[in-house]
Amino acid sequence: MAVCVAVIAKENYPLYIRSTPTENELKFHYMVHTSLDVVDEKVSAMGKALVDQRELYLGLLYPTEDYKVYGYVTNSKVKFVMVVDSSNTALRDNEIRSMFRKLHNSYTDVMCNPFYNPGDRIQSRAFDTMVTSMMIQVC
Amino acid sequence: MEWRRSYGRAPKMIHLESNFVQFKEELLPKEGNRALLTFPFLHMYWTECCDTEVYKATVKDDLTKWQNVLKAHSSVDWLIVVVENDAKKKNKTNILPRTSIVDKIRNDFCNKQSDRCVVLSDPLKDSSRTQESWNAFLTKLRTLLLMSFTKNLGKFEDDMRTLREKRTEPGWSFCEYFMVQEELAFVFEMLQQFEDALVQYDELDALFSQYVVNFGAGDGANWLTFFCQPVKSWNGLILRKPIDMEKRESIQRREATLLDLRSYLFSRQCTLLLFLQRPWEVAQRALELLHNCVQELKLLEVSVPPGALDCWVFLSCLEVLQRIEGCCDRAQIDSNIAHTVGLWSYATEKLKSLGYLCGLVSEKGPNSEDLNRTVDLLAGLGAERPETANAAQSPYKKLKEALSSVEAFEKHYLDLSHATIEMYTSIGRIRSAKFVGKDLAEFYMRKKSPQKAETYLQGALKNYLAEGWALPITHTRKQLAECQKHLGQMENYLQTSSLLASDCHLTEEERKYFCQEILNFASQQSDSLGHKIVLPMHSFAQLRDLHFDPCNAVVHVGGILSFEITMCSQMPVPVHVEQIAVNVHFSVEKNSYRKTAEWLTKHKTSNGIINFPAETPPFPASQNSLPALELYEMFERSPSDNSLNTTGIICRNVHMLLRRQESSSSLDMPSGIALEEGVHVLKCSDVTLEPGPNRITFRTQAKEPGTYTLRQLCASVGPVWFVLPHIYPIVQYDVYSQEPQLHVTPLTDSLLAGIPQKVKFTVTTGHYTIKNGDSLQLSNAEAMLILCQTENRAVIYSNTRAPAPGGESDMLGTPEPHRKHKDKQKTGHCMVTTDHKVSIDCPWSIYSTVISLTFSVPFQTTHALLSAGTRKYVQVCVQNLSELDFQLSDSNLIDTGDSTDLHLIPLNTQSQQRISSKQSVFFVWELKWTQEPPPSLHCQFSVGFSPTSEERLSVSLKPYTYEFQVENFFTLYNVKAEIFPTSGMEYCRTGSLCSLEVLITRLSDLLEADKDESLTESDEYFSTKLMYEVVDNSSNWAVCGKSCGVISMPVAAQATHRVHMEVMPLFAGYLPLPDVRLFKYLPHHSAHSSQLDADSWIENDSLSVDKHMDDPLDSSSVKSRGSVHSTSSGEHKGLPMPRLQALPAGQVFNASAGMQILVIPSQDDHVLEVSVT
Repeated sequence: MAVCVAVIAKENYPLYIRSTPTENELKFHYMVHTSLDVVDEKVSAMGKALVDQRELYLGLLYPTEDYKVYGYVTNSKVKFVMVVDSSNTALRDNEIRSMFRKLHNSYTDVMCNPFYNPGDRIQSRAFDTMVTSMMIQVC
Repeated sequence: MEWRRSYGRAPKMIHLESNFVQFKEELLPKEGNRALLTFPFLHMYWTECCDTEVYKATVKDDLTKWQNVLKAHSSVDWLIVVVENDAKKKNKTNILPRTSIVDKIRNDFCNKQSDRCVVLSDPLKDSSRTQESWNAFLTKLRTLLLMSFTKNLGKFEDDMRTLREKRTEPGWSFCEYFMVQEELAFVFEMLQQFEDALVQYDELDALFSQYVVNFGAGDGANWLTFFCQPVKSWNGLILRKPIDMEKRESIQRREATLLDLRSYLFSRQCTLLLFLQRPWEVAQRALELLHNCVQELKLLEVSVPPGALDCWVFLSCLEVLQRIEGCCDRAQIDSNIAHTVGLWSYATEKLKSLGYLCGLVSEKGPNSEDLNRTVDLLAGLGAERPETANAAQSPYKKLKEALSSVEAFEKHYLDLSHATIEMYTSIGRIRSAKFVGKDLAEFYMRKKSPQKAETYLQGALKNYLAEGWALPITHTRKQLAECQKHLGQMENYLQTSSLLASDCHLTEEERKYFCQEILNFASQQSDSLGHKIVLPMHSFAQLRDLHFDPCNAVVHVGGILSFEITMCSQMPVPVHVEQIAVNVHFSVEKNSYRKTAEWLTKHKTSNGIINFPAETPPFPASQNSLPALELYEMFERSPSDNSLNTTGIICRNVHMLLRRQESSSSLDMPSGIALEEGVHVLKCSDVTLEPGPNRITFRTQAKEPGTYTLRQLCASVGPVWFVLPHIYPIVQYDVYSQEPQLHVTPLTDSLLAGIPQKVKFTVTTGHYTIKNGDSLQLSNAEAMLILCQTENRAVIYSNTRAPAPGGESDMLGTPEPHRKHKDKQKTGHCMVTTDHKVSIDCPWSIYSTVISLTFSVPFQTTHALLSAGTRKYVQVCVQNLSELDFQLSDSNLIDTGDSTDLHLIPLNTQSQQRISSKQSVFFVWELKWTQEPPPSLHCQFSVGFSPTSEERLSVSLKPYTYEFQVENFFTLYNVKAEIFPTSGMEYCRTGSLCSLEVLITRLSDLLEADKDESLTESDEYFSTKLMYEVVDNSSNWAVCGKSCGVISMPVAAQATHRVHMEVMPLFAGYLPLPDVRLFKYLPHHSAHSSQLDADSWIENDSLSVDKHMDDPLDSSSVKSRGSVHSTSSGEHKGLPMPRLQALPAGQVFNASAGMQILVIPSQDDHVLEVSVT
């Protein structure tokens, strides 16, 4: 379902980015990177809202012909970006939301690892497995 | 009017428009007709009849017929209007009020609904009645019309829903349903309920989408296959007309393609949205629609000619944009770019792909195949629509023009791209702008204008680098490399190539290619001299660690220092490097101590290995590559009193941390790397760097002492120089210079003269290397013996600071010598010291090293002459000042004057004596003589000594000697004092006078010793003048009367002089007798100057006065003595006074010394003081 999952640090460098191996990785990198524009826009628009009322899920960042890019931002301004194939119309907003929540939970686990240095690339196997499951899972 | 609707929907004010048409039976809706707009909602029957007869004859029948027709069509919405004319009324006045026409009609038709009949009286007159009737009529009309409308609308909606529920049945047609629901939408639109109208379209949209999705899931509907026909026309959206009837009809005819349907749907939605003043939603929906259409076509597997969709999308985008622009002003558009920019970018993208498709981007221009394709595409556009035919900038024209020629395409593409980039930039979507810019760069590259492409690529690359996106960086770099190659920017190209060659995101082949590019360039350019290309090293190779040998990185002048660096080559292939050079900065340390081996070994903590932090991979470029804070404590003291003024923490690398972010990425700044031309360069030639770690060893011979800092590392491949501008952390090695040094130190605190002791020779070799057979030659003064234990050889304790190659070899030399001190010293107050110099010839110097050793004499010796009458004794006291215990033996005293008649008889019983530290030992000899003794006696005392701690000594030690002289040792006078109590008393009593009798007896005749100026000669008769003095130092006695006097003593044996004095004991008990002192009384000598002599006398006198002042009772005697002197001196007025000279101790024997006399306290003393001595 997801064709690309990316975790992007507060400073906008990728902490983790993985895409379906069958497709051109570069394309997704560019896509995710470009989507950060919209994330920034949305985050700054949201900044005025109260913290506790803030919705972490940013929704559809922007659609392209073939893909839909969804965004999610944690309170620590770490961004999750998920690229979904446009043809996968069965995927609803709610499912995307739950996927992001799963991703966030897993990310929190990574952060809880005392051996993980915040800001480093994520190399956790658990996280990897989770992402893999999100990418192959068929709805 | 207010419209109330069922299902709790909010009442709304609506505007219902109605047409009046003449009643025809065929106009009545048949069953199944769903045209709501042309639906007859209300039927009216108008009559002017006022005559009952006429009514009965014709109107009633007619009305009945009409009613029946209506009933047949189940229409209940009707109204009968009776127009009354006054004129007529007057003619035919009502016979019965109840039988008017109106009433009749009401009776006949409106049996229950009396309101279905209204009267309109005198419609053409201007009277209040007329007005009233009109109002009543219109109200009625409206109400009924609305009632009917509501009823029919509800029915229509129900029908529509029913129809929708049938959608699963075979034979259901979407187009049919579409028309029905659209009818509803139209009604709403007519009612100006655009929101509701939009809802209808949205529902249709969603329904259709759902069908497409289901189709994709395999659940196909028959009707949908119809939409799957190949796309033949792609003329884009048409938004200028409110209703595109052409398309609508095609849908109605079920001939529409998917694109047609979508286009039509969207054009309706767009119209409604614009009515609703929501142009931005149009833009947003347009983008969605376009994406969606493309997806649906794919999903439905509709065959589309290549490029057709692109055309369609492009046209549609522009159409939407133009439509929006048409209904908004400039400011509005500018502030809502965020909504439209997506369409711009989409259009740009599509035009680009069209350009590529039609061969408009290639260098040579389109070939025939491309042209054919272009023609096909243009054909699919059809003819331009009439409504835009006159517009200069219609999307249609644009596309046609763009596809017509390469130049036109370029113009349009650039226009679009720039517009898009500008818009993105203006709303702060930098990344998107860069991405479009990259596409543009690609285009420029295709058009062979790399100089234009470069700026875009650089911009994009900078952005990616700043945010650390590895793959985009690599990709952009690759493009940039190509661009730079075309531009001929060799330096930049090589640098990019080196970066790419080390990029792990590229394939091996690509990396090799870029590496080869560098090597090729290097080999080509090797002939031409001079021009160097300086590239940063980090892409080429990285420094891992550095290992010093010797590992403390300290080397002596002339020594060999080598260090090995581990370089990690990033290149995919082995690279032959002609030379690797390390630039070394040399600085002379001001502090010379720093250069010494001790300091260096102490302060260098390293094990010789310096690890370099791994160059951070480019991914978290700007954020994580910042160096760590280097914080140090800082104390500032006031210069005057050294008190603490300020304290704080300073950061040493502020300049690194507070650098601007942009410049922190050190890439593509070859100009920033300056080659340092240092004098000190360490080189390593002809090295082949294999991929991965390589070890390279540099060797250097240390020349000048100082600190060498490794600054730059550069590897040269032909004219290409890879330079590491700064080696960090700082790597230094030190060269020091130290002359060989020899230290001789005693093993104990101090050296003592006379005994064997050990000293240590320390040789700090410094730069000198000790060879086998080197020896130290010691030349010493003969007063000091060097005792060498023959079997003892030097062992070199090799330590790091004295590099001693072959240091295991024994050194022939004279280590740890035993010294003997032959020289004897006179006694002193403290330990007398004596210095001895040893000169040592060292093999490393032509000069002798002179070393001074200080020895202390352990003993202090004093002597004394003791007398007992005429018998004489010599006492020698030896005091041990040292910390050691000694064994004294063989004490001996000899007369060096060699007078044979003098004998020294030792009274010492023990031959061996132990003398402990800080203790004294006394030796006594008796002097005996047979003839007249010499006036002076020269003696030498010698005693053998050895430290008690050393049991056995291999050498005989020289004895300790002490020479002294004793003069005038022969006793001339015997002084005897006696105290007697007053006559009649048995004992002396305190407070009562006693008599002191002093007896001075000459014991010998004239001797040599007497021959001095006090001797007076008269007629062979010699006499000498003596002065006696009675002094009681312990204040036991009070001397009454004269305490001193001058007597003339004949120089003859047994000549006696007797003096009587009165003394008074002051205390009771056994009191020692007062001292009697004897002086030689010397007359004035003419040779003395009078003044001086007077002075000396006064001096002497005052001294004597001082001496006796402690005895207050004696003051009278002093005075009396003073008066004696004055009387005596009064005879020789103006003449100098006589002098006193103490007799040498040996010449006077006090026979009563040590005698005591018992004094009894006086009886009437209330206070008894007893002094016990």
